[in-house]
Amino acid sequence: MVQEENSHRRMMKTWKSIFAIIVKDLQSELRTRYALNALLMFVLTTVSIILFALRGDQPSSTVLAGMFWVVVFFSAMSGLSRAFVSEEERGTALTLQLVAVSSSVYFGKLLFNVLLTLSLVFGVTIVYTVAFPGFTIQSPDIFLTTVILGSLGLASAATIIAAIIAKANSRGTLYPVLSFPILIVLLMSVMNATAKALDGEQFVDAAVDFLVLISYVMVITAGSYLLFDYVWKD
Amino acid sequence: MSSLTLRASEIGKTFNRRTVLKDISFSLGTGESLAITGKNGSGKSTLIKILAGLLTPSRGMLEYAISGKPEDMDGVRAMIGLVSPYLQLYDEFTALENLMILSRIRNTALPSTSNVEQIFRTYGLWERRDDFVRTFSSGMKQRLKYIVALGHAPSIVMLDEPTANLDEEGCTIVRDAVAELQSATLTIIATNDEREASWCRKRIHIGA
Amino acid sequence: MFGRIDVEYHGLFEESSHSMKYVKLGSVVLISFVLVAGLAIPLVPSPAGWLEFPNIPGLEQKARNIFFHVPTAWTTVLAFLVSTFYGIQYLRKKNIDDDLKSVTSAGLGLLFCILATVTGALWAKFNWGSFWNWDPRQTSIFVLLLIYGAYFALRSAVESEEKRAALSAVYSIIAGLTVPFFIFVMPRMVSGLHPGAKGDEGSGPLFEGKMMAANMRVLFYTGLAGFSLLYVWLFNLRLRIARLDYHRLLQQEGE
Repeated sequence: MVQEENSHRRMMKTWKSIFAIIVKDLQSELRTRYALNALLMFVLTTVSIILFALRGDQPSSTVLAGMFWVVVFFSAMSGLSRAFVSEEERGTALTLQLVAVSSSVYFGKLLFNVLLTLSLVFGVTIVYTVAFPGFTIQSPDIFLTTVILGSLGLASAATIIAAIIAKANSRGTLYPVLSFPILIVLLMSVMNATAKALDGEQFVDAAVDFLVLISYVMVITAGSYLLFDYVWKD
Repeated sequence: MSSLTLRASEIGKTFNRRTVLKDISFSLGTGESLAITGKNGSGKSTLIKILAGLLTPSRGMLEYAISGKPEDMDGVRAMIGLVSPYLQLYDEFTALENLMILSRIRNTALPSTSNVEQIFRTYGLWERRDDFVRTFSSGMKQRLKYIVALGHAPSIVMLDEPTANLDEEGCTIVRDAVAELQSATLTIIATNDEREASWCRKRIHIGA
Repeated sequence: MFGRIDVEYHGLFEESSHSMKYVKLGSVVLISFVLVAGLAIPLVPSPAGWLEFPNIPGLEQKARNIFFHVPTAWTTVLAFLVSTFYGIQYLRKKNIDDDLKSVTSAGLGLLFCILATVTGALWAKFNWGSFWNWDPRQTSIFVLLLIYGAYFALRSAVESEEKRAALSAVYSIIAGLTVPFFIFVMPRMVSGLHPGAKGDEGSGPLFEGKMMAANMRVLFYTGLAGFSLLYVWLFNLRLRIARLDYHRLLQQEGE
């Protein structure tokens, strides 16, 4: 009985700790707006450039789907590393290491990045719907599932890579270089599924993509969780 | 307060082929205090980091035990209060927020409002509690580090260069605080100042 | 003095043993054999004996590429697995020698990956008309190239030896986790030009297995074996050099 209570208590403590880390990052982000600004400016700039380049031409749904995730990917690259890099840069990484259990740090930063990615994708969806008349979502069920699974996958890969580059020099260019090979599987699947959503296909047609996405999220998250200590701790 | 023991056996640390620490062994219990002395760069901070669980030793073992039962680093973490030059606080938050946030992450009980006021007043920061830490001088940041480290009544107190950046008043506050805590905690101080080293009863010297 | 850096000096820098002699001999013999036989044996419509290959219309002389292109692809994957394996060993034991093995293998993997990509692109040009078509297998080898590039970019950005070893090990493991997705999932999902992709249900993952004549298969596996031995030989050489470099640095730092 006491054993169960103890482990239950430890689990509650871990969740409280994780929640506290998420809240801290959210509050910090709202005050400094470092990542949010980067994301917003990136999305607006890239969409503007694309609009100029197209000059009135209407791209096909495959191209639109692809461009959607290209914008998301690069925006994510400019904003998601903040979770770890800002801690290292300001010297608070050591404080966090002292005060928090490493798995709490991992999940806290991961969930924060998930929230950031979901907001990003939501924002890009709105911008795209406004900017491109061809971007009409005919299968909202496919689109919603794709967006959620895609954000989870993107965030989980981006988080572990962010943790890795935070410990290295020349972080800016290194982040996309390391992230892209890991994310190719995810990007191919979400681009496929998004194109299907734009074309109005049935939910079952995208089942293969969803299966890939779900297993990808599970594999990357599990692997990152197990390896996080080797990155975070010195 | 259950009794805590710390035993270090033949701890060594190598960085990039350079050996910084070699064969450090000692044991310490609640109520005892240890001063780590040595020249600049002798590895005092490295040793403190290892004892606080921030670095893994290249060689040797570190064992914490509570009332005789061995405890791993994660179990001991919340009982440590560490003040050091390389531990930074969050600039974008106020002094009070730093205490609250770090307490929540550390999962230690938030000190009651009266306790919070008391500790802030002890370190002379009560008037500045709602100011952002980025506006603080280095001396004030040092005092805040003490508040954050000691606010949760830790069983293990580690101080790396206790009076760095502190003015005379600050030094007195710290000295009195350390003296008061000694009987109930396991205290470790790293310093090259002879006065600070004399606050402790045991001593080990690193380097030649 | 060397602390936990347990590099065993017994026989490290010298030729390790008899086995290396066989490796070198084997790789030279096997690869030469494949080179000669692969290029010289004529292609005929109905092969009569062992010294004739079947001529597949449409493929004809280009079929000879199998003996060279596929082994390079095989070797680069092997090198990646070995590199990741030693990365895991480093994380477990913190012995810098494992990290040396990891980099050494990765360097060879990069080399063979470039070879595989180039020979693959050449074959693609002659077979299917263009150098690059985003066929799943082509994409996979390209991704592997990116992974190797990223691995070395990461290594050059970390100064601390221990951290460099740990971070690159973690990265290669994470990258390795995505590899099964490429091998098994991609070809099924996206129709491709390589035999064995969607739209060519006649063969399985190892497309060579069913479609090749017996003598071609022998030559093919010989090629695989030869290249693998070459890899072992190069690995051994480079590892010894790396260890010598490391030992020299250790001595320079005194202590």
